[in-house]
Parts: sequence; C-alpha cells; structure tokens
Amino acid sequence: MNRITTLFNGVKRQSQARLLSIYFTAGFPELNETMRILRALQDGGVDMVEIGMPYSDPIADGETIQQSNNKALENGMTVKILFEQLADMRKTITIPILLMGYINPVLQFGVENFCKKCAELGIDGLIIPDLPLDVYLDQYKAIFDAYGILNIFLVTPQTSEKRIRQIDEVSEGFIYTVSSASVTGSKSGISHEMESYFERLNAMQLRNQRLIGFGIKDYKTFQKASDHAAGAIIGSAFIRFLNESKDLEEEIEFFVKSFKNSPETIEA
Amino acid sequence: MKTIVQKKLYHVDSRGYYGSFGGAFIPEMLYSKIEELRENYLSIIAEPSFQKEYNDLLHNYVGRPTPLYRANRLSTKYKTNIFLKREDLCHTGAHKVNNTIGQILMAKKLGKKRVVAETGAGQHGVATATVCALMNIECIIYMGEIDIERQAPNVARMKMLGAEVRPATSGSRTLKDATNEAMRHWITNCAGTHYIIGSVVGPHPCPDMVARFQSIISEEIRWQLKVQTGKETPDYVVACVGGGSNAAGAFYHFLDDEDVKLVAVEAAGQGISSGYSAATTVLGKPGVLHGSHTILMQTADGQVMEPSSISAGLDYPGIGPQHAYLFDSGRGTFMSATDDEAIQAAFELTRFEGIIPALESSHALAVLGKLSASEHDNVIVNLSGRGDKDMATYMKYIY
Ligand SMILES: Cc1ncc(COP(=O)(O)O)c(C=O)c1O
Repeated sequence: MNRITTLFNGVKRQSQARLLSIYFTAGFPELNETMRILRALQDGGVDMVEIGMPYSDPIADGETIQQSNNKALENGMTVKILFEQLADMRKTITIPILLMGYINPVLQFGVENFCKKCAELGIDGLIIPDLPLDVYLDQYKAIFDAYGILNIFLVTPQTSEKRIRQIDEVSEGFIYTVSSASVTGSKSGISHEMESYFERLNAMQLRNQRLIGFGIKDYKTFQKASDHAAGAIIGSAFIRFLNESKDLEEEIEFFVKSFKNSPETIEA
Repeated sequence: MKTIVQKKLYHVDSRGYYGSFGGAFIPEMLYSKIEELRENYLSIIAEPSFQKEYNDLLHNYVGRPTPLYRANRLSTKYKTNIFLKREDLCHTGAHKVNNTIGQILMAKKLGKKRVVAETGAGQHGVATATVCALMNIECIIYMGEIDIERQAPNVARMKMLGAEVRPATSGSRTLKDATNEAMRHWITNCAGTHYIIGSVVGPHPCPDMVARFQSIISEEIRWQLKVQTGKETPDYVVACVGGGSNAAGAFYHFLDDEDVKLVAVEAAGQGISSGYSAATTVLGKPGVLHGSHTILMQTADGQVMEPSSISAGLDYPGIGPQHAYLFDSGRGTFMSATDDEAIQAAFELTRFEGIIPALESSHALAVLGKLSASEHDNVIVNLSGRGDKDMATYMKYIY
C-alpha cells in the first residue's frame, strides 16, 4: 500500500496524531544535500517529507521559498538531477515522501514519464498547486493511478463547501489545508478565524484527513494546528533554519524535535 | 463596443480554451477569485449600463474613435496602401487604456475597493493608475526593480496619479516577476481586490476579457476602412506582440475572415539566436505560464527564461493563449523584428509621416518590407502607442 495511505490509516484519533510533515527545496542550500537532509529529518522523527522541486516562478510562495528556489536553480538543480539524487532513497528512507512543485517542469518532463520515475524511486505522492482539479481528472488521473502516485489537493478558507466535497471525493492520502488566504511564509500565527475554519472542515466529516500548512513556524503554532487536524506542515520556517544552520545533521534533528516536544522538556 | 455574435472558431470555448491553449492553471488560493470573474464577466459586459458608461468614457475620455490614417509617403515607399490605426492618440499614449477603462468598470460592478496591476514599461501601470484616479479607487502597481530604474518618467506619472508603485525584487526583477508579485498580492488580499492584468495573458477568463475590451480597435477599423476604401476588410492586419493585447484587439473582428492575413510581430531582440531575444513562437515551446497553457520561452527543464528586447513592453517570455492558437493553427502569420530593425522603422515613420511611434509599435512597422503586399492591397498597421516614453532610447541614435 502507498506509504501515505498507510500513515493516515494508522491515525486512530485525529487530535492525538500530531503528524509532522516538513518541506524543503531540493538543491538548497547546496546542490547535493538532498539525501543528507532527508535522512536527518527521518532520524529526527518527522512523519513525512515534501521535497520541493525548484521553479523559476513560484507564484504560491512567499519570499523565503522564492529565495530557496532561486538559490537551488543557481546551484544547478533540475528534475533529472533530483531523480538521480533520489535513486537509492528507499535503501534508507522508510517514511512517506512527496514531491512538491509547479506544473510546467512536470509537463516538460512528460507527466507519464514523471509518474513512472516517481514510482520507480518510491515517491508516494505529488503536490502541484497549479494543476487544476478538472485538468487532473480529465487528463492525468488515470496515469497517476496506474503508477500508484497520490495527487494531493489544497483547500483554502475561500474554497466552497461544494468544492471541498468534490476535492474530498477524488483525494487519496490527505487534504492539504491552507491556513489562510496567503502565500507560503505568512507570519501571522493561528487566529480564531482560522481555528473556526479548521473546525468547519472537521464538522464536514470528510473521507480524508487533513494536514494544515502555511504559517506553521514553531512549537506553539504546530500544536495549535494539530489540535484541529491530523497534523501540520512546516515549510518556510525550515528553509529559514537551513539558511542559518551550520551542522545540518545534528541541528535538523533538534529542529524536528522542537516541534514535537514542548520547549520546557527539551531544556530539561 | 457591440455585443458580439461569434462564430467561435478562434474565440475562447466554454471551457476557457483556444484549441489546446488557455485554461486556468492556478493554485486553489486563486480559485474563488477567478471563479467570480468567470461567472460574471460576460453578463456584466452585456449590461446596458456597463456598455453606456464604457462607450461614453472611450469617446469622451480616451478620445475614441482613434483615426485610421492612410500613410501616403510610407505607402509609396512600400508600393501598397498602408493605414495606421492611431492607438498612439489614446489618452495616456497607448491602447492599454481601452482595457483599463473596461476593467475599472468591471471592478466597480463587482464591488471592489482596490486595484492591483503589474507593469513592464509602465504603460499599463500608467493606464491603470489613470482609471483608478478617475474612479477614486486605491491602486497598487508592481513593477520590476530593474524596470523602475529604466522607466523613471512612467514611475513618476503613476505616483503623480496617486498609485503606490511597489518594486518586484524577486527573480529577474522585470515584467514576469512583477506579474508574479501582482498574483501573490491577489492571493493574499481576498475579496476586495481586482487584479487588472495588462495583456491577453493569465488564467481564463483574463485573456478573453482583455481581448473583448481591446476589440474596439478592429470594430473601428472595419467601418473606417469601409468609409475610406469601400471595403470592410483589409488584406493585412499587422501588430506587435508582447503578451498580445493590441494584436488581439486589432485581429478580433477579422478572425473569421480567413482572407485577412493576421500578422503578429515578435521582438527578436539582438537576433533570434543571439541569446537575447523575445521571439516566443520561434524560441518557445508549449507549457504553462502565469496560469495559462500557452507557448513560452523555457529551458529543457521547464524553467521560464528571461527574454530580451530593446522595448520593455515586448520583453515577456510568453504570448497569450489565443495567439498560441493562431500560431499553432496557422491562422496567424508570426514574424519578428530585431532591436535595430525596430529603431530604423521608428525613424522611418518619424521622417516620412511626422509620427514618433512607441518602440513596441515600431516592431510592427519593421516588417512592412517583408509582407510582399501588392499595390492593390490594404495593409493596416496597429500603431499601439506613441514614442514619448522611449525618447531616452531614441536619443542615443540621434547624432
Ligand atoms: C505601446 C505598446 N504597444 C504594445 C505593447 C505590448 O503589449 P501587448 O502585446 O499586450 O499589446 C505595450 C506594452 O507595454 C505598449 O506599451
């Protein structure tokens, strides 16, 4: 079974799951750190990882991830190189892995080739924010299904109930809940308005569980989001951390633990 | 603008496509905003009160109809009949205002309190800031940091008109990045913001909406040509293509007249194979840019490439999806002009006819010698803008 499906099937009570997923941009800060970062994240106890495929024009991303994308492209990262780096991934990595990126590089690689390669490498799912639902259903769903790759959809506070149900219907794995009307890297924290939106989703009794992303940056926001979903996703906060980190392995483990354990326990 | 009965062939279909081009490749964060536009734009445009205000403003504020002028000396030189559609005489100096007038009325009908737009050379930014001043609506313009330096007079105009000009500091800091920033702004600022896109690009329904607002150009050409020559349809319509809005407007009412050759002129920059070019159909491939499936300049890995042109308004790595379809289907003839050819054409028009054209429009003029038009043919050149904004460039060529 797909590792994402297995992970979410294992969740018995949503509020206790507190699944932690972390995003990083492949090729940042250095071209060849992908596997090292991945292993350190797994060792730190992260539940799932989203590997970002850098793109020149990431319109759903804020400054932090834009800059990591630019740096990664300057470092020479491409889809082909990323696939080479991940060739032996499944020898050491057991957690679910997703690729996240924009549609154009996937189109140029060829959607079928892309999915085939993902299946070979043991990649479990894709998050492509600018691949619309109708195009996916019309043209690509059959291909994704044939290779066992899950396509993860986003919902936002502006997504209508009707559309949420439609997305729930075609989703497998989980639904990516965007916390607010914003691009990635928002620093606003979690407001009451967001919490009532998360609860509105809970009340809908959807087939799929949810992870909350955008604006999750520390222990407090992670725990607060996890009160209302199966867990949450860290992106920009991890990129900012990588920017300053000196000893990747050790510090990444510490970074991951800082979300799972309250600051008091770590200090003690 | 008349309500248009379409034969549909080259117009957008009900799903938002032109053949395989178009669509709305947008993140979910933009879905509800695009949906709101898609559900309302046609009925709003058709409202008599909208039509009345739009036509009234085009007439009394923009100065339409713009003249269709037979360029006699130019016609003699090229041994054909050349007519210039004088969009350069529009208020603010280019065709861009046809779109922003329509868009600001759309924003009002939708109850929007604020407008955001991107700009390259600053012409669309000025046209947007102008209608925002006119309607007393808050205006934010994103402009690449590099373009802000290159186009100082237009930055000053926008500021004088009351707009806030925000530098786009990401990526290559030019038009494509200003467009990204404007889209991000739209994502972040929910319901009250209207995004006025500056060309026939972006997710459906943006390209169709802009094309409709620009279609006044060909609507006027038809009757003006009839008055002057007795014929409603010309043999050629020539227009430059950045994103393609002036071309889309000039082609619109001739799309289904297959005898009319539609000539789109792209910027070849320093030469097609120089590495400094913006000739999208020659150098590009199908893919997704700014929310639509179209033709764009990109690396083998699907990264968007930086275009290059002497004219900031043509310095865009893609073309609108309708143009991609006109190219792909063969309905459109795509040509290109280099920086040098455009400069030459600008000086030629200036000395032959006493009209200083915008650098963008000069690209359209630059292909006149390559059309093989006969002495009986009528050739329309869409003179999309005037050259005031380009004087700093032209001055380098005046000895
Ligand atoms: C005078 C003029 N012509 C043409 C263009 C190119 O835009 P489009 O291809 O949308 O007409 C511009 C853009 O700034 C312009 O200012």
